Amino acid sequence: MINKFFASPQAALADLPDGASVMLGGFGNAGMPTQLIDALISQGAKDLTIVNNNAGNGDTGLAALLGAGRVRKIICSFPRQSDSWHFDRLYREGKLELELVPQGTLAERIRAAGAGVGAFFTPTAYGTRLAEGKETRRIGERDYVLEYPIHADYALIKADRADRWGNLVYRKTARNFGPIMAAAARCTVVQVRETVELGELDPETVVTPGIFVKRVIKLH
Amino acid sequence: MKKLDRKQIAARVARDIPDGAYVNLGIGLPTLVADHLPKDREIILHSENGVLGVGPRPAPGEEDEDLINAGKEPVTLLTGGSYFHHADSFGMIRGRHLDFCVLGAFQVSAAGDLANWHTGAPDAIPAVGGAMDLAVGAKQVLVMMEHLTKDGQSKIVERCTYPLTGARCVSRIYTDLAVIDVRPDGLHLVEIVAGDLSFDELQRLNGVPLKYRAAA
Repeated sequence: MINKFFASPQAALADLPDGASVMLGGFGNAGMPTQLIDALISQGAKDLTIVNNNAGNGDTGLAALLGAGRVRKIICSFPRQSDSWHFDRLYREGKLELELVPQGTLAERIRAAGAGVGAFFTPTAYGTRLAEGKETRRIGERDYVLEYPIHADYALIKADRADRWGNLVYRKTARNFGPIMAAAARCTVVQVRETVELGELDPETVVTPGIFVKRVIKLH
Repeated sequence: MKKLDRKQIAARVARDIPDGAYVNLGIGLPTLVADHLPKDREIILHSENGVLGVGPRPAPGEEDEDLINAGKEPVTLLTGGSYFHHADSFGMIRGRHLDFCVLGAFQVSAAGDLANWHTGAPDAIPAVGGAMDLAVGAKQVLVMMEHLTKDGQSKIVERCTYPLTGARCVSRIYTDLAVIDVRPDGLHLVEIVAGDLSFDELQRLNGVPLKYRAAA
């Protein structure tokens, strides 16, 4: 029998090792798996590479993970915000490596990883400093930049409801990076508001099929 | 000379958005355009975090932390709106499905190069977000900005000195002084919007040569 439900975030993250690459879902607070990140902080893994659109806000979630000194590198599109003081300090002290990626390229690199695509050409950033040193090609009338997938060891994401097979539905704009990160990581851990019996989710409306999900924890 | 204020620039942009258009409004000044879209037109606003049919700000107390725009502000969803994930959202952008995006700018060049993400200062923390995707993806990129810097320099320039967001991507520029089209043969004045501003004076302030067909 397949049962992807885990009793606690601690149990679901127990095997996450030092040096792991970890995708964190969420755009701002929408879809941010805050309790899973709290569990990652107390679990203690360090030297992490983190993938998220931003670099943390205030003193909670990703910002707290950065503040605890657990992150070696962050891959994101928009680290600088009015309340990103943990990132700002670590970056200025040279303690955190930053790979800055345009937001759509970030999303597509994650999608490509989950979809088994080896690389892709995108028009975004052509002729800018974010394309410096990258392979380019003219295809038809446009110029493109070659970009490679972003894989991860783990993805920690938040969804609204799940069944024991790991089928997921999301809520409003909290969906954001969830579906593509779920597919791009070897071990996807999901915190959900509600767990339901098999068959309760309408198969026509399942957004992330359970094949992309390894572990599910119900959290309020 | 009587310059337009920010709301008046937003209203001037909104006047040019036709019924049925799919539009992305950039963070900052361009978000003001939403308040001025004509009520008799059905215009669908896209937000890059994954929503089509963005509605107005919710009433106080009605905010939903799962329903925000790309500026991370609470919004509502219009009847008929939809949600989708980030890769689909940027596929819409890069795939040329948006009719317009409206972006702010530090500088726009005579060739339509856009600089709006980085001042070039060596100690600045870089952040780009979706600006580069919008710049290459929307069918028409409209720029909305004050025409002059605080010390009176034109933000419309022969060549951008700030790092580029996108090359040759801007279609039209709306400022507090004028509306200007970017065409393959150079900049064309569409309309002077500041009161008591002559073409010669605008040309002097603008620095880069302007063409004006109606004056011929």
